[in-house]
Amino acid sequence: MSTSVTVTIDDRQIKARAGEKLLWVALENGIYIPHLCAIKEESRPNASCRLCFVEIEGVDRPVTSCTRPIEEGMVVKTRSLRVDRLVKTAFELILSDHNLKCRECPANRNCVLQAIAKERRIKLRYDRFKPIVREFALDDSPAEFAFDRSRCVLCGKCIRADREEAKIGAIGFARRGINRVVTTFKDLPLAESICTECMLCVDVCPVGALYYKKSQRQKKGNPLDYPGNKSSG
Amino acid sequence: MQLLKDEKEQILACVAEVLKSNSKNREDLIPILQKIQAIIGYLPELAMAKIAEGLHVPAADVYGLATFYNQFRLNPPGKHQVKVCLGTACYMVGGTIVLESFERRMEIREGETSPDRLYSLERVACVGCCTMAPVAVVDEVVEGKVTPTRVDGIMLALNEANNQNAEKQKPEQDGGKA
Repeated sequence: MSTSVTVTIDDRQIKARAGEKLLWVALENGIYIPHLCAIKEESRPNASCRLCFVEIEGVDRPVTSCTRPIEEGMVVKTRSLRVDRLVKTAFELILSDHNLKCRECPANRNCVLQAIAKERRIKLRYDRFKPIVREFALDDSPAEFAFDRSRCVLCGKCIRADREEAKIGAIGFARRGINRVVTTFKDLPLAESICTECMLCVDVCPVGALYYKKSQRQKKGNPLDYPGNKSSG
Repeated sequence: MQLLKDEKEQILACVAEVLKSNSKNREDLIPILQKIQAIIGYLPELAMAKIAEGLHVPAADVYGLATFYNQFRLNPPGKHQVKVCLGTACYMVGGTIVLESFERRMEIREGETSPDRLYSLERVACVGCCTMAPVAVVDEVVEGKVTPTRVDGIMLALNEANNQNAEKQKPEQDGGKA
């Protein structure tokens, strides 16, 4: 039904189904590419985190691997000076409005940001960009989980879980620019919204924004989210 | 924002009317919101909820859209509308201080309307007279070189006008509001 093509990623020959996105082909073959917002099932990815850049031979500029379908004979490098610069800048921008009190965070050591920082050797601290950490009221209205927007990276995974899996439509993006947030209609606390507290969104949150109140209960993290040297969450 | 008497009925009628004369696809959401705002003057929460119902889109999406675009306002325009310029020139000479002064005086935040609907406060990006920065537009009157003291003066004048108005109207209707 579908043809198989051969691509070269970091000098490794890999066979995969034509049309699959580069990011997932690499991840499934143990080659790590940082990513936050990518969702495998999405036919048109947001490509909003700007972390999954790779270099393709014959293409002028680095491209986001989550949007790029593989083609026969494609030669890909996951690292280059240009890629590293783009990824580092994007990562630092994400950190610049992220609450970096990791020790107080329920996702500490089980956080995709930490994993990326470790893999790419980027320091988890405010550096080049002036930090804009906004004050948010913690939404701990649901019975078993809570939502701390100061840790949210706006990847949109929770919204997809809410729409496509839970089929509720309780949360969505609102506002614009630096004020963008994931929120409910009228900014109601989750428990007062139409949220059914199914907690599918908590499981897909790559950071500590949505978390279980009881720390014993761990998120079911996607092992592909983490570099190979780290035991999966 | 507390709805006024009869306002609920007006909103429901308006939404029903607009929804009837429109196709109900997701891409019609923006034109529909524009029509509602043209009639009611703002987008009440009730209207957003009804539109979401009518178009079968999550209410969170309607809210997200209405908060994304500057053209949509979520609060009714006040009797006196104040717009504070935060364009580059005004920003550099302390436009935010002017905005904060208004916020303190009106006891509302930027983008809001006072509960008695007398005042609404907005920020705008350049009114076109940067030499007068920082600028505020008070009911279509451009105020230049605004200082916090001037804000006090403006608010005093507006309050005065309101009080006089209220007194004039008192004999005709039983104005129970403060």
